Parts: sequence; structure tokens; C-alpha cells
Amino acid sequence: MGLELLIFKAILVLVIFTITLTIAAYSTYGERKIAAFLQDRIGPNRAGPFGLFQPLADGGKMFLKEEIIPANASAFLFVLGPSLAMLTALMTGVVIPWGDTITFQGVEYSLQITDLNIGVLYIFGVVSFGVYGIMIGGWSSNNKFSLLGAIRASAQMISYELAMGLSIVALIMTTGTLSIKEIVDQQATWHWNILYQPLGFLIFMICAFAECNRAPFDLAECETELVGGYHTEYSSMKLGFYLFAEYINMFISSALMASLYFGGYNFPFMNSLGLDQNWVTILGTVVFFGKVFFFIFVFMWIRWTLPRFRYDQLMRLGWQSLIPLAILNILLTGIFTMREELKNWLFN
Amino acid sequence: MQLTNRSKVVSNKKMSFAEKMYLPAIVKGMAITLSHLFRKPATISYPEEKRPIAPVYRGKHVLKRDANGAENCTACGLCAVACPAEAITMTAAERKPGEEHLYREEKYAAVYEINMLRCIYCGLCEEACPKEAIFLTPELVPTYLNRSEFIYGKDKLVEPIDKRVDVTQRQKHLTEKKQ
Repeated sequence: MGLELLIFKAILVLVIFTITLTIAAYSTYGERKIAAFLQDRIGPNRAGPFGLFQPLADGGKMFLKEEIIPANASAFLFVLGPSLAMLTALMTGVVIPWGDTITFQGVEYSLQITDLNIGVLYIFGVVSFGVYGIMIGGWSSNNKFSLLGAIRASAQMISYELAMGLSIVALIMTTGTLSIKEIVDQQATWHWNILYQPLGFLIFMICAFAECNRAPFDLAECETELVGGYHTEYSSMKLGFYLFAEYINMFISSALMASLYFGGYNFPFMNSLGLDQNWVTILGTVVFFGKVFFFIFVFMWIRWTLPRFRYDQLMRLGWQSLIPLAILNILLTGIFTMREELKNWLFN
Repeated sequence: MQLTNRSKVVSNKKMSFAEKMYLPAIVKGMAITLSHLFRKPATISYPEEKRPIAPVYRGKHVLKRDANGAENCTACGLCAVACPAEAITMTAAERKPGEEHLYREEKYAAVYEINMLRCIYCGLCEEACPKEAIFLTPELVPTYLNRSEFIYGKDKLVEPIDKRVDVTQRQKHLTEKKQ
């Protein structure tokens, strides 16, 4: 590995870290604005033009608030909880291909931090690790509401991870690789996976909502029943970390949906524009972020449309609808890919 | 008896497959919320933008002066008695010779205080007043950071000589109400 590559990767890591944090911060602003517009209101408009400095004001407020660790809480785990949530949220961005390759002074640089050949598996591993952040936070608070919220969150995330994994299995059957970069490259121009896996995408999206603890699956922190759920006892920036991690998760799952099912940085007619490869890459990255923002908008749109599930409805949807549907999807995909062999086996 | 034709018969029929999937209903709901995205917001940004107020609105009180600029109030205390929220307190004093241009009659209110947090803006004080001294105006009481600031004394209630408050509409409204 050359020094240039090392420097380039370091810069890329820094840039993506900054972009992730900025997008997460402005998602809070976007969430409030979109919520306001959907309810015929104006939304935050006092801090700066159109309230654009609102995330900064919120962040400043979070830092300046009093930091409270409850007397009965286990202090080490209490701090570990939000740190883990933030850590796992930031770790997943590593394998997302943010763009194609850029050629600079004769050397090709990939706009992906690392192209793991088990990228999808890595994301699943990190995401299932993320449940510990919530569980530890809820447990160490020593509070009934927090514990209930944490138990709900972990049960929900474990249930929906199954259906999510099964929906991805069908996708991997068609693509034949676990590397996200290769999956994206296979969807060149308009051959997006959504066209081949519509049911799989639907299941994946529903599970992504559940994994992010977003409405209508926000039972873990339902204000109306559990005060604040697992983060009831948290204050100051530790609370901020939890809320922030949720928005980062939302951003990463939007990026994942865009790259797995909506062609990532590919867009129709990208090769017939007659542009330089570097320009196509830059344009592709812009298109990719456009797709990501669209999915973030869908996340918010759904949140302000649908009411929260009841707990039994949540479990029934996960175990009795999504998992059988995902298995059916795998079966159909298998039959479709093996159609020639099946024909030979049946009619000979 | 049927009062309106808006009543609906509730049915407990089994849901069809499409209804059980909920997806068409979700899409319909999302279309409704999306249509609200392009609607004009109903918000009124209060301090900058104000809702139109009726000319006879019952807001902040004013203590009137007569045509010569002398205070009408004689500190009879009828307003304080009429006040259901007990928001009005006053201390009476006797007019000294030479103060005829300040107070219309021999007795006047040395202290006249209304607690704007207690006041319910019912307007019974102006109905009780025999001297046409107190009126409610369409002006709103602003917010403060301290409770004590809501106790309005004569400095805030008596109308300034050079800036008379027009209460003719309210006067007309009251006389019509009394008839």
C-alpha cells in the first residue's frame, strides 16, 4: 500500500465522518421542517435564515446541559451505552461505496473506504452489535421505563434482523456476491435490483425502519407510554449521542437501500453522456446522495403519516408476515435462477 | 330521530386481503400527508404578525381622563368589588387645593393596581364604574419574565395626556349592552 493511498484513505475517512455527522445534524432540522410542513406549520425559523443554525443551537444546548448520572445507575455501563450506540452507527459507513473510482495523476482511487468481500455481512454484524448500546443504556439506568424500552428495542431488533437477513439472502442469490461495491457495479445504468427484487426491497425497507427504531416501530422510545424509553435517564450530550446515533443509522440505512436496491452511484445513460470518467464519478456521487436524501425523506414522511404499532402487532408483523414472505421470496428467486435446470429435471 | 345525515352504520365485516395488507391504505395516507406538504401553513408568527382583533376586544385596561386632562377615577372601589378575580386594589386620597387640573373630583386613587395575571378580562369593572373611568382596550398585555412586572400601577394604566386612548367604540358597545 503506497503512501499516497494511505493519505487518500485517511482524508476519505475524515470527509465521510464529517459528512455523516453533518447530514445527521441536518436530519434533525429536516425532520422538524418536514414534520412542520406536513402539518401545515412553518417549523424552526428563529436561528439564522430559515432556522438553518438550529442544529448548532441544539448541539450547543446539549453540551451545556447538566450531566446527570443517577445514583443507582452503574456509572461505567451508563457511559458505555451511548458510546456503543454512536460507535456502531459510525462504523457501518466504511463499506458503503460513495462513488466510483477517481483517477488522479494516473492513479485510481476508489471512493469507498474499504471494499470488504463480505461487506453485507459486516454491516449486519455491526448493526446487530448496535442493539447492545440500547440494551446496556436501558439496563444500567436502573429504571423500569428504561428497561422496558430497552427490552422492547432489543426484542424488536432481533425479530426484524431475521426478516432483513432473509430478504438480503434473496438479493445475494441474484448477485452472487457479498461485496457491496460489486453489487452496485452489477446494477450499471438502469439495471437496478429493485426491478428484480421488489418484494425483497419492501421487506428490507420495513425491517430497516424497525432496525432504526423509527416510527411506526418506535416502541423503544415511545414518549406516550414509556416517558422516553431507554434514554429516559440520560441528559446532556449522552442523550445527544443516542439521538444522533438514531439519525446516523437512518442515513446509513438510506445509503444501504440506495446502493443495494437503487443502483448506488449508477444512473441511466451514465456511459452515453460522453464525459470523462472523473466527471461521471462525481455526478454519480451526487446522484447517490440524491437517492439517499430521498430515502431519508421517506423515513420522515412515513413517521408523520403512520401511527405506532401495538407491541403484539409488531411481533405478528415480524414473525408471521415478513419472515414467511422473505422465505417465499427466496424460494421464488431460487426457482427463477434455476429455471433451466428445473425444466430439464422435470421434463426429462 | 335523525338530526343529520352524517351518521354511518358501523360494520364488523371481515377485511379483504387487500385491506389486510394495509399497503394500499398506507399509500393513500402518504398521499394525504404529501398533499399537505404543498399547502400554505396556517401559522401566524405572533410578535411580528398579528391576528386582527375586534375594536371592542377586552384587553389591557386604561384609566381615562376627562376633556381637561383630569383623572376620572374617584377611587369609589366599585370596580374592585365587582372584580370576580379580585385583581384590582386601590388606595384613596383627598384632593388638595390646586390639584383640580389633575383629578376631576375631591377624591382620587393615589394607588391603583391591577394584577394582570389574576385578571380574567371579563369587563365587569367597566360595567361597575359610575364615572366612566376604566375601560378595556384592544391592546394585549405582553409577557414578562417576572411575576411582579404583571402588576400594573397608575403609571401604566392612566392614559397619557398627549396620547389619549380612543374608547368610543367600547363605550358605545357598553351602552348598547346595558339597554
